[in-house]
Amino acid sequence: MNQETQSTSTADKTNPMGHYLKRHLREYGLLLALVFIMGSFQIMTNGILMKPLNITNLVLQNSYIIIMAVGMLLVIVAGHIDLSVGSVVGFIGGLAAVMMVEYDFHYVPTTIVCLMVGAAIGAAQGYWIAYYKIPSFIVTLAGMLVFKGLTLALLDGKSIGPFPKTFQKLSSGFIPDIAAIDGIHLLTLVLGAAVSLLLVYFNFRARQAQQKLDYADEPYVFFVLKNGLILLAINYLTYLMSTYKGLPNVLILMALLISIYSFLAARTTIGRRIYALGGNEKAAKLSGVKTERLTFLTFVNMGMLAAVAGLVFAARLNTATPKAGLAFELDVIAAVFIGGASMSGGVGKIVGAVIGAFIMGVMNNGMSIMSVGIDYQQVIKGLVLLAAVIFDVYNKNKS
Amino acid sequence: MTTILEMRDITKTFPGVHALKNVNLEIESGQIHALVGENGAGKSTLMKVLSGVYAHGDYSGDIIYKGEVQKFSGIADSEAKGIIIIHQELALVPLLSIAENLFLGNERASKGIIDWAETFSRSDALLKKVGLDEPSSTLITNLGVGKQQLVEIAKALSKEVQLLILDEPTSSLNETDSDALLELLVEFKRQGISSILISHKLNEVAKVADKITVLRDGETVSTLLCENTAEIENQIIKDMVGREISDRFPARRPKIGELLMEVKNWNVYHHIHDDRHLVKNINFSVRAGEIVGIAGLMGAGRTELAMSLFGQSYGQNISGEVYLRGAPVDVSSVAKAIALGICYVTEDRKEYGLILDDHIKHNVTLANLDAVANRFIIDDNAERQVANAYRDKVNIRCSSILQQVVNLSGGNQQKVVLSKWLFADPDVLILDEPTRGIDVGAKYEIYSIINQLADDGKGVLFISSEMPELLGMCDRIYVMNEGAFAGELSAAEASQEKIMRMIIKTNG
Repeated sequence: MNQETQSTSTADKTNPMGHYLKRHLREYGLLLALVFIMGSFQIMTNGILMKPLNITNLVLQNSYIIIMAVGMLLVIVAGHIDLSVGSVVGFIGGLAAVMMVEYDFHYVPTTIVCLMVGAAIGAAQGYWIAYYKIPSFIVTLAGMLVFKGLTLALLDGKSIGPFPKTFQKLSSGFIPDIAAIDGIHLLTLVLGAAVSLLLVYFNFRARQAQQKLDYADEPYVFFVLKNGLILLAINYLTYLMSTYKGLPNVLILMALLISIYSFLAARTTIGRRIYALGGNEKAAKLSGVKTERLTFLTFVNMGMLAAVAGLVFAARLNTATPKAGLAFELDVIAAVFIGGASMSGGVGKIVGAVIGAFIMGVMNNGMSIMSVGIDYQQVIKGLVLLAAVIFDVYNKNKS
Repeated sequence: MTTILEMRDITKTFPGVHALKNVNLEIESGQIHALVGENGAGKSTLMKVLSGVYAHGDYSGDIIYKGEVQKFSGIADSEAKGIIIIHQELALVPLLSIAENLFLGNERASKGIIDWAETFSRSDALLKKVGLDEPSSTLITNLGVGKQQLVEIAKALSKEVQLLILDEPTSSLNETDSDALLELLVEFKRQGISSILISHKLNEVAKVADKITVLRDGETVSTLLCENTAEIENQIIKDMVGREISDRFPARRPKIGELLMEVKNWNVYHHIHDDRHLVKNINFSVRAGEIVGIAGLMGAGRTELAMSLFGQSYGQNISGEVYLRGAPVDVSSVAKAIALGICYVTEDRKEYGLILDDHIKHNVTLANLDAVANRFIIDDNAERQVANAYRDKVNIRCSSILQQVVNLSGGNQQKVVLSKWLFADPDVLILDEPTRGIDVGAKYEIYSIINQLADDGKGVLFISSEMPELLGMCDRIYVMNEGAFAGELSAAEASQEKIMRMIIKTNG
């Protein structure tokens, strides 16, 4: 046995908790950072941050960034980048407006067409990146310019709105309630409880399976603590929202997307192959992974999610403007990197990207409440991004 | 004659490997001194010690140059003393001109402003000296390899070279260019410049060298005076390979069965330059339970052959047929090759074999992910069981299967790669230098795994530059040189001398 493995295995035995923490420093660190930032702003804003109305706003404001961060994580894990998503958001918003407002289409066919156009945009860019090996930075930079221009052309430089009421519900609506109780949205409470219990049940089942095969490496205290926190946090947040209008529709959409993509990334063969592709493309290719097709699909998926975000954003503004989506790509990419993804590919988690987006969102929101100017908001967000990545690199070099 | 350089008792170790053991080398001024030895004998390491790539303190022993002990801490130090090394992979910037390359880092300039007139006129003078008839404004990328080699030498001259080291300078040159280059060395000798020539081509060595030092396994075996050309080649071959094969290889009684794979008229061209014919009309076969070796020197085309067979991962204009158990098969993609049961363990495990930042479990299952998945959902428990089973089977030493492979030793990394391909359940496994950079103990374990594969009725194609390894492991050996098979030897008749002779006989 060589010395290195010996020393780590003895460390394993003598101090399992410390060792576990060290290995998962990034994940817990990120969550702690979010809690710390929320706590700080809660105090600095005199409790406004966690007011039911503001929590609801926080979700609505960041929904489209989070939806795109999910797709961007896969793109970045695959070793690429997509700079065009902001322009795609604007373009799809414009397309939806033209179809629904000017041509009176129903929102269902409009949505279907918009998602297909988004996927086609992703395919058009992914084709060059995957099969012609043109750097994604350049292809999507071109895409960014092209779709910004096409948005202007499509809208003829004007804003188009308002959207039909039913379509607005996507972003401004809330789930219906089952029973009318004064001041409390009952279904929200029930859903919160159900989801949190289900999550804890899944965790418990997974741990049981691990114990059966004797590889449960998470210390028991951590396991209990983690699940306790999940129960507490979800139920507290749903309680807060239930005292306002309940769960926003868009939150349900987000939760679904996050669950589906977390599962895809962590548990499916296609997810594993994307990580392998980003980790070492040559090795993945020589292991039989169809790297070109996978890269292509990653961009198709990104285009489709950008279209989803475009619809959500248009519905939220209730109008399509040529300026919609401006610089969104930067927020999305920043969220993914704050969430621990690696620029060189192969590393990153969906949950990380979501937390990264929330960190940015809470800072935006908190600083706005404190009426910090937009100038210094940018400075602070930039520094936070830099600090997060420095922390990552430092951690990696140390180990 | 005076001695310009003496290297005394040089010892250099890498983790787990003794690269140089008390090597002594003495170069007389104004002579051409050849350094020969098998791949991995320590020639390049010795030259890296001399040129300061391995700084003083990284090795033990003394370098005495012009009567003084030298303590180089980098290439700049050795170059300042007139010791210039030209590596096998040329270090020129392709999109700069000859003149710009010649004075790169040593620009003809005052206060940071380049004097182009002087640069070009001095460049032209240097090019004349090396006999290169090109304007010095030509871009490097427009020159052939032979001319690029001359530019490197001109660059060495610009630094007032006194001891010129050439590492395999003619390996990628044709005969005319090689002759011109050797002629140049003889010309330099007349001007009093000493050279160290590292080469596999013994006929060249015998032609121009004054003295020849043979290295083997990191030790100096002999230093020969080059007088009688015919005899000297025999002596060199004997010294290069003269090593007994003890029980460094696990015993095995071959049980050779039916014909498994057959390759006919296989041709491959360079992946960019389609006029370079790298694999020429290769025909070979592998039987069940058989370990078939492919011997050859670096650049013989063995890796190109293997990678082109494995889903056309290398080259272009590939032609030829592959038969499995008598039936023609399509190996045009990696996925198809794996599905057919042809797998390939790459030469460079870090670059092509492993996802270094990922852990053992993910690396082991990557090539056969569907076997641990239910439709497209990975069964984590099944995956763990597979990884643990291989960890025990091939004895991967690690703290857990969740350890990142980047933190494993070379031998254990190679076992992870082997596990990956064992799990893909191949019928024919192609191994490309499977023991490179691995210590002796781990090598034995890897040999055992290979033997086990053959005993299970698989066919093994074993590519190696270490001849003792091939002789110790293989039932049959093909000798490859310059893209073609130079011959075939059974285990009984094969010897290192015979292999060496086959290679040298076909050298252009």
